[in-house]
This record gives sequence, C-alpha cells and structure tokens, in this order.
Amino acid sequence: MKGMTPIVKVVARIVGGFIFIYGCYIVLYGHLSPGGGFAGGAIIAAGLILARLAFGTTASQERSASISSSIFESTGGLLFLLIALLGLFVGGYFFINLFPSFGTPGRLVSAGSIPFSNIAIGIKVAAAILSIFVVLASTKYIFKE
Amino acid sequence: MLELIVLLIFMIAAGIVAVEIKDLLASVIALGAVGFAVAIGFIMLAAPDLAIVQIVIEVLSVVFFVAVILKTTHVDSTLGRPYKGGDIFTFVVFGMFALAFVYFGVRLLAGLAPMSRELGQVASHYLTQGLAETGAVNRVTSVVLDYRALDTLGEATVLFTAVIGVLAVLRLEGRKK
Repeated sequence: MKGMTPIVKVVARIVGGFIFIYGCYIVLYGHLSPGGGFAGGAIIAAGLILARLAFGTTASQERSASISSSIFESTGGLLFLLIALLGLFVGGYFFINLFPSFGTPGRLVSAGSIPFSNIAIGIKVAAAILSIFVVLASTKYIFKE
Repeated sequence: MLELIVLLIFMIAAGIVAVEIKDLLASVIALGAVGFAVAIGFIMLAAPDLAIVQIVIEVLSVVFFVAVILKTTHVDSTLGRPYKGGDIFTFVVFGMFALAFVYFGVRLLAGLAPMSRELGQVASHYLTQGLAETGAVNRVTSVVLDYRALDTLGEATVLFTAVIGVLAVLRLEGRKK
C-alpha cells in the first residue's frame, strides 16, 4: 500500500501520537470516566491505522504486522480469561472482583481487578481491529479495474 | 424528545439514500451519516460510553469501506435492473417480517416501564450498592466488568471469531499444496 501526500504525512506525524496516548488514557481510566477497554482499544487501533494509511507499508511490514497483531490479540484474550480464572480459584466465583475495596474510590488505584480487565480488553480490541485492517488493506489484494 | 425524533427521521432518510444511490462512495458517506446520527442520539440519551465507541467504530468502518471501494469499483451494478418473478417472493417475505417486527415492537413498548422514570430492582441495586461492592466510580464499567463480566467475555469471543473469519477468508499466505 502506497503512502499519502506530504500534507497528510505531516498532520499524521503530529496527531498520531496524541491519538495513541488518548486511547491509553481511555483504557487506563475506564473505571473512573466514560470509556473503557473497548472504546480505548478502538482509539489505539485508529491511531495505528492512521499511521499505516499515511506513511504506507511494504509487503514485509504487512506480514510482520499481521503476525504480531495475531499474537497480541490472543494475549489480550488469554489475559482476560486469566483474570476470570483468578477470580474462580482465589475468590470462589468465575469473574469475581478481587480486592474491590483496595485503594480509595475515584483514584487511579481502585476497583480491584476491573482496571486489569480493561487493559486486557484494550489490547485485544486494538489488535483485532488492526489485524482486520492489515488483511483488508494489504498490497496483495489490490484489484485492477 | 423532539430533537430525537428529528434525528430518527434524518437517519431513515440517510438510510434510504444509502440503499438507493448508484455511486457506492456516496452510499458509504450516507451510511456514515447514519452512524454519526446514532452517536448523537447516544449523547442525547446521556450515554457517553456508547457514544465514544460508536464514533470511533463508525470512523474506522467508513475508512474500511472507502479503502475497499477505492480499490474496486464505484458503481453499484445491481441497481436499476428490471424486476423478475422471484422478486415478488422477496417482497412478500420482507413485508411479513416488517409487520411482525412492528407488532411485537409495539407490544413490547406497551409492556415496558417508561425510560429512565422508574428504576427496576436490579438497576437500583447497581446504583446504590455499585460503588461499595466494586469500587468503580463509573457504574457502566462496574456493570460491564463486574456484575455482567461473563457477557463481556462473550462479546470478546464474538470479536475473536469475527477476526478468525476475516483471516480465514482473506489470508496473506496461500495454502501450500
């Protein structure tokens, strides 16, 4: 896939990092403010897709991105399941919230295992959307009219 | 409430444009208009969590559609062909489903409590006990990731299955013979 014009590249260079950081903020503060793992993961994926669209990719980059996004997606899903199983083995119920009263409510360190679930879902959603984009927009599937 | 009705009428109009227009790029833009109207409706109904997800996913899906259309073709070749005998069956079945949908929708709305006027037992428990039991200030997150976490696991599984399907259909490497 070819890159875009220098105007798009300059704007993407300025804006892309901020989009990524905003996605991380939405994920990490999901238990305090609107948002959460799904919204933040989608925003992170949007930042990565902006960079890939603006600067273009080669076939080898697409191949490595496809492999690494598959690995990250599986990792996020397994982390979420691990949190659920920790609840089962430590607390007695599947998906029980461990240490919900740890920390003060309203601060970043609070709500027990909810922030960890948010992080796991954020990784999973970002990698899933990115892997769909990588496959759909790869150089192999450019059709001729 | 009036703004919401205007928004719904706009969404119906944009949906009709998206189905009937011949240029596929304009059709995708109309579809994006429907999606952003849904996001505005979520903001009007005081659901910022859903609005964030809706805006981001709408932008991404419009980008996906535009990327595919720019690579393939702009013209919808299925529009404008003459009707055939089999189309009558399609119309009849669609009409039956639409009537059944309207009937059950009206019955369901008649049986529901008015929106956000009275709280059910479960909802009032979430609102009063949610902070003490989960420690999360955002009650939506406390429901999604604590009380109803198994639903979230199912949602994550749906996304995982969708990605597996896309990767199976459009894989980067061919099968070795």
